[in-house]
Amino acid sequence: MGLNVQMALRKNILVIRLKGELDQATVTSLKYKVSEVIDKYRIKNLVINLQEVPFMDSSGIGFIIGRYTQVKLRKGHIAICSMNEMIERIVNLSGLKKICLIASDEKEAEERLEVA
Amino acid sequence: MKKNVMKISFLAKTENVIFARTVAVGFLVNLNMEIGFLNEIKTAISEAVTNAIVHGYNHDESKFVELEMSYDDYLVTMEIIDHGIGIENVEKAREPLFSSKIDEERAGLGFTIMEVFSDELTVKSKVGEETRVRMVKTYSASR
Repeated sequence: MGLNVQMALRKNILVIRLKGELDQATVTSLKYKVSEVIDKYRIKNLVINLQEVPFMDSSGIGFIIGRYTQVKLRKGHIAICSMNEMIERIVNLSGLKKICLIASDEKEAEERLEVA
Repeated sequence: MKKNVMKISFLAKTENVIFARTVAVGFLVNLNMEIGFLNEIKTAISEAVTNAIVHGYNHDESKFVELEMSYDDYLVTMEIIDHGIGIENVEKAREPLFSSKIDEERAGLGFTIMEVFSDELTVKSKVGEETRVRMVKTYSASR
């Protein structure tokens, strides 16, 4: 089990692909890995791809809000893509849609960030 | 009449959050519930157990979290218990976006999610003694 993280830098956008369940246990190390890269490369824009995340609870929301706070300092944006129905319900409940872009796939997420 | 009951206790380690929500769904496997219903239970249990570990025990991994579940023909009842610090102001804790740990990237959504994904949420807490989170959920089984 555990969470697998894949990160790629494309045209000033950091794309994070996650694989596994996002909860309190997996979010802690994810937070250090991702926030380190954001600081090191002065990342402005972030795509969080949840295609292979079957489960996420409010710890995942906390993680996204944390990264938003980080990129906001550089006037950056976050796009979340490929959520399953259950995760989308939690994202809706959290009000995250007010501060993040929502896209159906990675391509759309990048396109939306380019014009954001 | 109760048809089935289970009680477990496990150490307050964050890796046991996935254990708890998996066990919860496993307990209900015979009821042929819809996947959406089970996902709501999974998420609600995940939130309650995370709260017990993070807030109740402040990550003291030597302590135990208890999970009790039962079902009859119509209702699933879940109770998550910790013997930790307790909640001074339950009303305040239940407010959306409120978190007592502002430096930890917490969304303050735990109770909101539990409330939305169950039909009844009761939180009983005694400061310095225990917190009991009880959730009841109605189901219609395909029998």
